[in-house]
Amino acid sequence: MSIKSLAALSLAAALCAWTVGGKAQDAPGASPTNVEISAEGKQVYETICQACHMADAKGGGSTGAAIPALADNAHLASKDFIVDILLKGRGGMPWFNDLLTPEQMAAGATYVRSHFNKYPDPVTEADVKHIAAGGKASPRDCVTC
Amino acid sequence: MIEETAPSRRDLLMMIGKAGGALAMYQAMTALGHAAETQFTGPPALSGAKKGSRVLVLGAGLAGMLAAYELRKAGYAVQILEYQNRPGGRNISIRGGDKIVEVGGATQTCEFQPGNYLNPGPWRIPHHHRTLLHYCKAFGVELEPFIQLNHNAFVHQSKAFGGKPQRYRELAVDFRGHVSDLLAKSLNAGQLDAKVSKEDKERLIEALRGWGLLDGNLNYTSDLHVSSQRGYDRAPGGGIKGAPTPSRINNLSDVLDSQVWNQMGFFFSYVMQTTMFQPKGGMDMIGKGFAKQLPGVITYNAKVTKIAQGDAGVSVMWEDVKSGKVSEAKADYCVCTIPLAVLAQIDPQVGAPMKAAIRAVPYSGQVKIGLEMRRRFWEENYSIYGGHSFTDQAIGLISYPNFDFFKDKPAVLLGAFANGIGGFQLAGMTPEQRIEAALAQGSVFHPAEYRKEFMNGVSFAWSRAPWILGCCGSWTEASRAQHYQNLVAMDGRIVLAGEHASYYGCWMEGALLSALDAIERLHKKALAA
Repeated sequence: MSIKSLAALSLAAALCAWTVGGKAQDAPGASPTNVEISAEGKQVYETICQACHMADAKGGGSTGAAIPALADNAHLASKDFIVDILLKGRGGMPWFNDLLTPEQMAAGATYVRSHFNKYPDPVTEADVKHIAAGGKASPRDCVTC
Repeated sequence: MIEETAPSRRDLLMMIGKAGGALAMYQAMTALGHAAETQFTGPPALSGAKKGSRVLVLGAGLAGMLAAYELRKAGYAVQILEYQNRPGGRNISIRGGDKIVEVGGATQTCEFQPGNYLNPGPWRIPHHHRTLLHYCKAFGVELEPFIQLNHNAFVHQSKAFGGKPQRYRELAVDFRGHVSDLLAKSLNAGQLDAKVSKEDKERLIEALRGWGLLDGNLNYTSDLHVSSQRGYDRAPGGGIKGAPTPSRINNLSDVLDSQVWNQMGFFFSYVMQTTMFQPKGGMDMIGKGFAKQLPGVITYNAKVTKIAQGDAGVSVMWEDVKSGKVSEAKADYCVCTIPLAVLAQIDPQVGAPMKAAIRAVPYSGQVKIGLEMRRRFWEENYSIYGGHSFTDQAIGLISYPNFDFFKDKPAVLLGAFANGIGGFQLAGMTPEQRIEAALAQGSVFHPAEYRKEFMNGVSFAWSRAPWILGCCGSWTEASRAQHYQNLVAMDGRIVLAGEHASYYGCWMEGALLSALDAIERLHKKALAA
């Protein structure tokens, strides 16, 4: 077993224990999932992000119960903004630092910024680790942006 | 008579209390079944509301409806505003003819036969969720057993046994047997002498021999004794060929590949232990049962757009989603049960601590899928009656229906209960893709029948439900420490309630306990004002 898959296994085990024990929420009770996420941005987006933000990244819903659009979203000009939300969550959106690696978060953020917006410069793993380590992120506080 | 000389339970508890102090008494009470099972101590006996006092309840889920029910009994005039056109909130069932419209516009119309349903949200009730059980009984909601543990259902692990599902019974007995075998031999060889006294060692070896079904040499092996728990190769019969033959055990390495300890541990979870229940006819019978107690109290299709408060009372603006007409509702107090992901966007007029708390609770997204099958092949061909078959694929499990056993008519399987990565992945698909994924993945359990007997299916992706945008509030130890008390504390004339305002998050019991606590504090404050 490779180090990477071992790490994935222990992470998955930790997540599973969290789900069943920590939160005591209703849960399927299955073993850690075999669903794999590659480090490729498009796949990260399709496996995770589009569950809420939709395949076209346009979000949806209605005023007061809206899922924000990621496409043509001026807030995403800031790399820190998107990385900060991925790490810490915002409003109803969960954090992803326990589900995705910094590499996967960087790839997903890069894809969202370049494919659905016009910000081609990549978000790097180092960018994610910098914010994760307490580097100052965007102070903006909003629930629908 | 013997009973006369034996101390009563109360005498016993007093003796223990005197001898060992409060902690010993508490532990003894727990052992005797008197404490700790639930914080529910019976319905609140609130009374004496000031004449003309009004309470506005936002949301006709279980928390909102229970708050309204008990506050009305206490003498308050209560109005409920509900965004949807039905009571219950997440307490919901999908039946034939029902339409599911998601954020993004995907629309499904359920095609189930009459009597069949999918419970996309809550679906099982632990025996110790006493608040919910109390009100179900009080409101005439009939419950039936929910079959939680089925030893004959399957465990599927993609990389174990060549991807072939194994019966839970066989894996669990094998896991226990191998562990017992190794531990008993280690003890016997003196390898744990530093940890275990001589007397305990002997007792433990005996225990492992019995518990793990070991033979005289402490071996876990393929014999009839083991088969009496894990099942036979040829089952016992009658007459001349009545003698059974043993089944063959799996080796330790294969059993470890199956990771069956996940399921064994799951069934030990406090909230997952038998006995469990479900309402007859669908989970939404509970929401309907509550609503029946509130004639004329609930205004449906009412979308709250603004929540304000001041010295004079609370003011809530709401829009009739059918006509677009905007109205103002006024009251002295407000019980707000709107899910936090939505409430954060309404931005209620509350203090900074509660506001920060409202924004600090993300929502999990889960997916459930119902598959209607022409016949009950899991019963007819596999002897599986209720319970769950687990898989490490995105669908998480399939679960078999708990009613209509042996009937010759279509039945609905739960084809997925996905959370985590699998939940995100399935939610991100179109409804058609979800059904295809559920059929492809569920086929590992019943390959000959699954697609052949499939009639139609329906999926529910909580992250795309337009009225909540998620399934359950998620807390961490850190967010609890920082925000929980601020979330539940009454802010002026507004108090929040719902599963998110409880330590039983995601459970109906949490919503109800939260509501009872909220209205007791509201009532106290109202009387003191």
